[in-house]
Amino acid sequence: MDGRRGLGFYVLAAFFALFVLFLYGPTITIAILSFQGPQGGLTFPMNGSSLHWFRNLFEQQAVGDIWGSFRRSVALGLMVMVTTVVVSVMGGLAFRTRFKGSTLVFYLVIGSLIIPSILISLGVGILFNQADLDVHWSTSGFGSQLTWTLPFGLLIMFAVFNRFNSAYEEAARDLGASPWQTIRHVVLPIIGPSLIGVALFGFTLSYDEFARTLLTAGSYNTLPLEIYGMTTSVTTPVLYALGTLTTVFSFFIIGVFLLSVWWLERSKRRKK
Amino acid sequence: MKTLKGWLLASPLVVILFCFLLLPVIAIFVVSFWGATEYSYYPAFLFDNYAYLLTSSVTLSVYLKTLMFTVITWALCLLIGFTVAYFLAFHVRTLPMQIALFLVCTVPFWTSNIIRMISWIPFLGRNGIANNTLLDMGVIEEPLEWLLFSEFAVVLAFVHLFTLFMIVPIFNSMMRLDRSLIEAARDAGASGWQILVNVIVPLTKPGIMIGSIFVVTLVMGDFITVRFMSGGQSASVGRIISNEIGLLQYPAASASAVVLLLTVLLMISIMLRFVDIRKEL
Repeated sequence: MDGRRGLGFYVLAAFFALFVLFLYGPTITIAILSFQGPQGGLTFPMNGSSLHWFRNLFEQQAVGDIWGSFRRSVALGLMVMVTTVVVSVMGGLAFRTRFKGSTLVFYLVIGSLIIPSILISLGVGILFNQADLDVHWSTSGFGSQLTWTLPFGLLIMFAVFNRFNSAYEEAARDLGASPWQTIRHVVLPIIGPSLIGVALFGFTLSYDEFARTLLTAGSYNTLPLEIYGMTTSVTTPVLYALGTLTTVFSFFIIGVFLLSVWWLERSKRRKK
Repeated sequence: MKTLKGWLLASPLVVILFCFLLLPVIAIFVVSFWGATEYSYYPAFLFDNYAYLLTSSVTLSVYLKTLMFTVITWALCLLIGFTVAYFLAFHVRTLPMQIALFLVCTVPFWTSNIIRMISWIPFLGRNGIANNTLLDMGVIEEPLEWLLFSEFAVVLAFVHLFTLFMIVPIFNSMMRLDRSLIEAARDAGASGWQILVNVIVPLTKPGIMIGSIFVVTLVMGDFITVRFMSGGQSASVGRIISNEIGLLQYPAASASAVVLLLTVLLMISIMLRFVDIRKEL
């Protein structure tokens, strides 16, 4: 590209800015409206400003169990995160050599990604029903969410291992490292930052998952299910306050993950 | 030996996908032939569910509506996604800046879809920002009723939620594109537009296809966005299934689900003719 910015750049930059506004504008709007005064409604104008609706969230709830569902969602998110990282790394390692049947497994992974979510919800619901098992967020909900997070984890691992220079492993082997030592001291440190990426996908996709958990969470709701239930019964800005809080929580989590990737990458570069 | 090691390492993955993907799909297929009473369902081998589904006039119109949502959403996501990816890949010059702006596009993906749908209420509502602005500008005399809880809102929310699925694979393809090809085209006298149409678009086709597969399957199977953003007024295939589940009509829901799955697989197999996904990783 030549040195000066052409007209095209400014048009595209403006388009990009509009797109970002489109992405974040609505979220910012409800963040502002969650500070509505006690008499305020779901739309502008602001009727004074207060923390009334946030306080409302911490009081005894008339409907549902927000904090219980929040705790369940975080617990489930952590379970899904750890499982996704471990299973994806193992799967990624498995796929480095094309073993017999690997294509079949690959298509299973892709199928898991593109199958309409409602089929997982319905199918797992039927299975548990027929096996006379109660659906519960930590069993059926957990498994259903993995069908959504694992493909992302694996696709990241595939991309990572496709670019992986195996000379490092050969060097380790030549120096007498056992296969496990090679993985522990050579492979894992190199792919470390990507693992944080996989963990980020695992946690956030689980924490916000809805469609695959709908029929598989049982009588104890996760947070997205609780929020969805609220949309039909709650018509006050308390909904916005909850939305703002959980979005802030998500941003916080994303920030922590991204900062650790950045920090890991930096310390890796320093060592060189 | 190689095979054994591969399967051992892949075994947790295979077990999970077997239990929560393969078995459920088989269960749905089996139950789609079962019979149902008002409150429960029983093993049988009936074609009633399919016969009802395939002869009902509702089915065709719902499929057409769902296809309409899919095509419009796909076209908008492609247009916006391609433009954004193009800007990021070819007009932003430094890698840190590219990563930063790319993350700006990606972060909403890691937040709640439900909240992102709810966030449209203050903007689109009867007394929302859009209506008030238009009223103040004198463009309209009365508030528009079709902004929120309408098919317009459904498509808007789809584009809002799913454009990212288009940006990421297209951006990925563009970043791997050999820049010297563009130089060569320019040296050969191609204009910016000619480079775009004859070099960049053909070489990013795999990314476009992967993004399209994502968007099409997400919209085809959706039941929640349509329900929430249309205020329950618009139908889609996914919503029919979720309504049948709500009525505990599992065999009917299963038959609908099988037909939906076959439709989606058919659409994907057509799109896959244009790309080999395994090469794109």
